[in-house]
Amino acid sequence: MRGTLAVFRRELAGYFATPVAYVFIVIFLLLTGIFTFQLGRLYENGNADLRIFFDWHPWLYLFLIPAISMRLWAEERRSGTLELLLTLPISLGGAVLGKFLAAWAFAAVALVLTFPVWITVSYLGKPDHGVILAGYLGSLMLAGGYLAIGQCISSISKSQVIAFVIAVVVCFVFMLIGFDPVLKVFRGWLPDNIVSALSSLSFLTNFESISKGVIDFRGVVFFGSLIGVFLFINAVVIEAKKG
Amino acid sequence: MIELQALRKEFGSFVAVQGISLKIDKGEVLGFLGPNGAGKSTTMKMVAGFLTPTSGTAIVAGHDVLKDPLAVKTVMGYLPEGAPLYPDMTPEGLFKFVAQARGMASDVASKRTGFVVDRLQLASVIRQPIETLSKGFKRRVGLAQAILHDPPVLILDEPTDGLDPNQKHQVRGLIQDMAKDKCIILSTHILEEVESVCTRAAIVARGRVVADETPAKLASRSKLHNAVCLKVRPPQGVMVFDELRKVAGVAEVEGNGTEDGIVTCRVIAKGGKSIVGDVSQLVRNKAWEVKEMTVESGRLDDVFRDITAAGGVA
Repeated sequence: MRGTLAVFRRELAGYFATPVAYVFIVIFLLLTGIFTFQLGRLYENGNADLRIFFDWHPWLYLFLIPAISMRLWAEERRSGTLELLLTLPISLGGAVLGKFLAAWAFAAVALVLTFPVWITVSYLGKPDHGVILAGYLGSLMLAGGYLAIGQCISSISKSQVIAFVIAVVVCFVFMLIGFDPVLKVFRGWLPDNIVSALSSLSFLTNFESISKGVIDFRGVVFFGSLIGVFLFINAVVIEAKKG
Repeated sequence: MIELQALRKEFGSFVAVQGISLKIDKGEVLGFLGPNGAGKSTTMKMVAGFLTPTSGTAIVAGHDVLKDPLAVKTVMGYLPEGAPLYPDMTPEGLFKFVAQARGMASDVASKRTGFVVDRLQLASVIRQPIETLSKGFKRRVGLAQAILHDPPVLILDEPTDGLDPNQKHQVRGLIQDMAKDKCIILSTHILEEVESVCTRAAIVARGRVVADETPAKLASRSKLHNAVCLKVRPPQGVMVFDELRKVAGVAEVEGNGTEDGIVTCRVIAKGGKSIVGDVSQLVRNKAWEVKEMTVESGRLDDVFRDITAAGGVA
């Protein structure tokens, strides 16, 4: 617990000690703005909700989240600081969790900074604030899912570039797995129940189930368990890789 | 305080450490010597709880590193090989992080930080990113984080590597000051360092401990142990070497040249027994004019080379 907190603080401060945080936040806000207002035509649609805004998040995260997660372990391994970290009285699980929570908190800060969009629709109409809040919760869980995958992959390679590329690919698969054309590929040679199990792993489906604001915690549980599984694999990989 | 029990590490088919057993008590400073790739760092990494031994274990202050690694890491300060540090942190930030991770109370942490910064002269760089620091500063920051919590057990992998002679002297002084109530293992390539700070020297070669003695005893294994270096001006026509060779206990006389009638030579003792008395007797009897006369204690680097090269072509 103590170790997790120490790692969490160090990591979070680390984002803001370098330009990484500022570049990331500015790009994220810029892209959400362009996608929502230019491409998504929020004004022209005339609906007082943030559906269009949230619809872009899975795509934005697909590239931006691996950019955060790629350095999490790759850098520690390359610079040798992994040895410093793991010979402090911190459990491996504590270190894994601390890193994840810091990255997730950072993503949350970027997400919170999109609040002007919420203010805009509130000013223009009467949106359902519950649904918007659910959208934010869904987006946060989605970011957590991407991050856990990215962090886990970062532990496999010393190279941040490799970590980034593989993370994007894996996240892309998880994103689209519930999508019909993708499922069709599997339907040919896999039994139906496995195909439907695969489709339930879809990030898009689960993200939508949360952000529609239905009183249904399946999506939250899904992302929560997914995060748990990938962080566990992360710890196993680190343990195995250090020899 | 530290007990290595048949510690062994294999990487695939390569055996890096082949069963090292050692016992180091409080107040001892064990110098780990050995050629590169002998298994020093691997051994230290295992004791520090970073690498998992293939077999055997290490007991540190009563805790088994396999069964209770966190307890071992709590009582231990560790400077890893190459002193890796987070490049974008400042020394101040790093010490804060280490103090938090070790659960130090904030008043203790600030007191200890003050102490290490003062002892290792880090005040001028405390707020600079570590990546901008010179090699000597980085090494000392690494050492500072290792001793921050005043641990009873210290493992230092090449603590003086990359330091200038003044900084080396400073760090050795610090280690000597800490030595009496701690148990310290350090590795080094600098043999004079072993003689100045270590109470014990263990030479490791090909994953085994091949010698484990006090530095003085180890040095006495040298063929130069008790050799007498002589600079004399003998009367014309006297064969100094022949006279010296007649002295009982003399194995060999090595000449180092003659200049202006002054003969310089080294008289090597048989079996490292003291011959200085007999040699000086001879010099006095023959009434040679003595310019210089010293007794050698033996050279650690000779011993090191002998031991580690023996059977090196395996």
